[in-house]
Amino acid sequence: MIFLSNLINGLSLGSVYAIIALGYSMVYGISKMLNFAHGDVIMVGAYISFCGTAYLGLPAWLALILAIVVCTALGMVIEGLAYRPLRGTGSLAVLITAIGVSYFLQNAALIIWGSAPKVFSSLFEGFGSSISLFDGELTVTWEAIFTLIAAILVMIGMTLFTSRTKAGKAMRAVSEDNGAAQLMGINVNTTISMTFAIGSALAAVAGVLLCSSYPALMPTTGAMPGIKAFTAAVFGGIGSIPGAMLGGILIGVIEILGRAYISSELSDAIVFGVLIIVLLVKPTGLLGKKMTEKV
Amino acid sequence: MKKNWTKFLVVALSVMMVFAMTACGGGGGEAAPADGGEAAAQVLKIGSSGPLTGGASIYGTAVKQGAEIAVAEINEADPSFQVEFKMEDDEADGEKAVNAYNKLKDWGVQVIMGTVTTGSCIAVSAEAFEDRIFELTPSASSADVTAGKDNVFQVCFTDPNQGIKAADYISENFAGKKVGVIYNNSDPYSTGIFNAFKAEMEAKGGEIVAAETYPDDTNADYSAQLTNCKSAGAEVVLLPIYYTPASVILKQAKDMNYAPVFFGVDGMDGILDMEGFDTTLAEGVMLMTPFNPWSTDENVASFVEKYQAAYNELPNQFAADGYDGVYAIYNAFKAAGLSADQENAEICDAMIGQFTGGFTYDGLTGSGMTWNDKGEVNKTPVVCAIEGGIYVDK
Repeated sequence: MIFLSNLINGLSLGSVYAIIALGYSMVYGISKMLNFAHGDVIMVGAYISFCGTAYLGLPAWLALILAIVVCTALGMVIEGLAYRPLRGTGSLAVLITAIGVSYFLQNAALIIWGSAPKVFSSLFEGFGSSISLFDGELTVTWEAIFTLIAAILVMIGMTLFTSRTKAGKAMRAVSEDNGAAQLMGINVNTTISMTFAIGSALAAVAGVLLCSSYPALMPTTGAMPGIKAFTAAVFGGIGSIPGAMLGGILIGVIEILGRAYISSELSDAIVFGVLIIVLLVKPTGLLGKKMTEKV
Repeated sequence: MKKNWTKFLVVALSVMMVFAMTACGGGGGEAAPADGGEAAAQVLKIGSSGPLTGGASIYGTAVKQGAEIAVAEINEADPSFQVEFKMEDDEADGEKAVNAYNKLKDWGVQVIMGTVTTGSCIAVSAEAFEDRIFELTPSASSADVTAGKDNVFQVCFTDPNQGIKAADYISENFAGKKVGVIYNNSDPYSTGIFNAFKAEMEAKGGEIVAAETYPDDTNADYSAQLTNCKSAGAEVVLLPIYYTPASVILKQAKDMNYAPVFFGVDGMDGILDMEGFDTTLAEGVMLMTPFNPWSTDENVASFVEKYQAAYNELPNQFAADGYDGVYAIYNAFKAAGLSADQENAEICDAMIGQFTGGFTYDGLTGSGMTWNDKGEVNKTPVVCAIEGGIYVDK
């Protein structure tokens, strides 16, 4: 029973990682850049939602929508102002800019909201705190259930979007061959901008889910989950949607089970140890596609 | 031609600036005695540094505000002896703290009441030891701060001392109960308390059934640690950690219907002030804090009233530490019969003599505070329980 409860906790944590990893993966897939500011967009999303409920008195679902809207806009602004001017200048310049944007967001949050942590009220507060099964031996929180459902819905939605819609197909085309896609009449700038918008909207959802489960909200809140989710994206095969999902869930489950049964001191070491082994055996990640190098 | 003109301009401006600076310096020098008036008041310059901006700014700001209340009281009580207090921002960073310290030296600092955080204090105390400037830190709690430096003293408990006091209290008041611990193994503060706690519990024959750790990241998940504590049957769970992770732990424990007695240390102080925190989660939490703002003690009540009037918020323990730091320095300075125009090294030696020679100070953070020659404070810890959203002395 303890194992089951640890497993559920792992799945819930992994689902959050998975949603964040999706954003990382999509942006990497299309622009071949690591958007290190992604974790901080999560933090901004959580703060916006916090402000919506605490200061504006909005209901939780409306605050979530507000967070999605703000983060979508923020993602497009970041892309337009910081990354677009550097397109074609080499990946190092963009990488360093991404780190700069990350610091900028963290410090802006520090100025706006201060360093004192805020306590996020859960999106699912109305449901009560948890449900008890098997005479109270197993308790499952509503956050865990909804996070898992949200992750599955997001993955199905994204898969359908990229395979069925015109915009989604354009995204895939740009990610495969930027130049050829342009020749086919696809507006590359718009497509990349749209990818950032979608990635940032997912980040807002992830931020709200993350802070619903772990309610302390600070300007550095997004940093560590961002890194773990990046790991998850690499683990599952960066650029692949089901890969990000699988990687996220596995990282979450390994982290929690490692902490519970092996050593709480070594849980992060175990996660990254598994990552190294997977990358040694399969350098493109679990579901990654092998790209043929263009000459 | 144009180039020469620019050169001339640069030289002219530089000359003007030098003049302006000497003028300022001269003006300041003349103004000082004039200020003193006929009594020629003594002025003791106490300097400090702490994080006034950045992630740890709540601590530095609180120390500054608490100290300023003490300085205002001293200056009002005795016009012939004035304290000048200056606090520099060090962002809790060792390198910036040393820069701040050098700035304070240029200002003419005579005694250091700082620094606020451990990392920067270790860096500054090494400098102060070289320069023979007396240093009393309000809140840097690591034993490394004072180790090997005869001129550095602490207002707050050292981390190991807190662990020992917590173990003593728990083994006395929760005798025979199973004890679990969740601590941060990448933080010297948390680990220092835990190691001393564990050793003392073993010496007292207490039983630690689960010792769980977590690494230093925010928004970590504590469900696995709590599940382990629960399945090991821990009835008392020690949380030698800061209040931010503690707030998450309390929520997750409630979600899994696990309700042991949570026992915090001074890092737990502040949990009730977190914006948006559901204080019912903390109901029944016990904590060992040096300062209870809801205390009925007369001195505390007076301090809280002044602090609220000045800053419109409830003081935390850092504010009380800053207040005590200034008063401990002032009282020892007076008791040693020192005068503010003496050399720093003379002041330093006389102050060390006071602090190690039986000087006692009754402060907001503990009565009958005495110091040993290692620089550690000895005082009685206050154990409180959170009831109805405030601390109640136990």
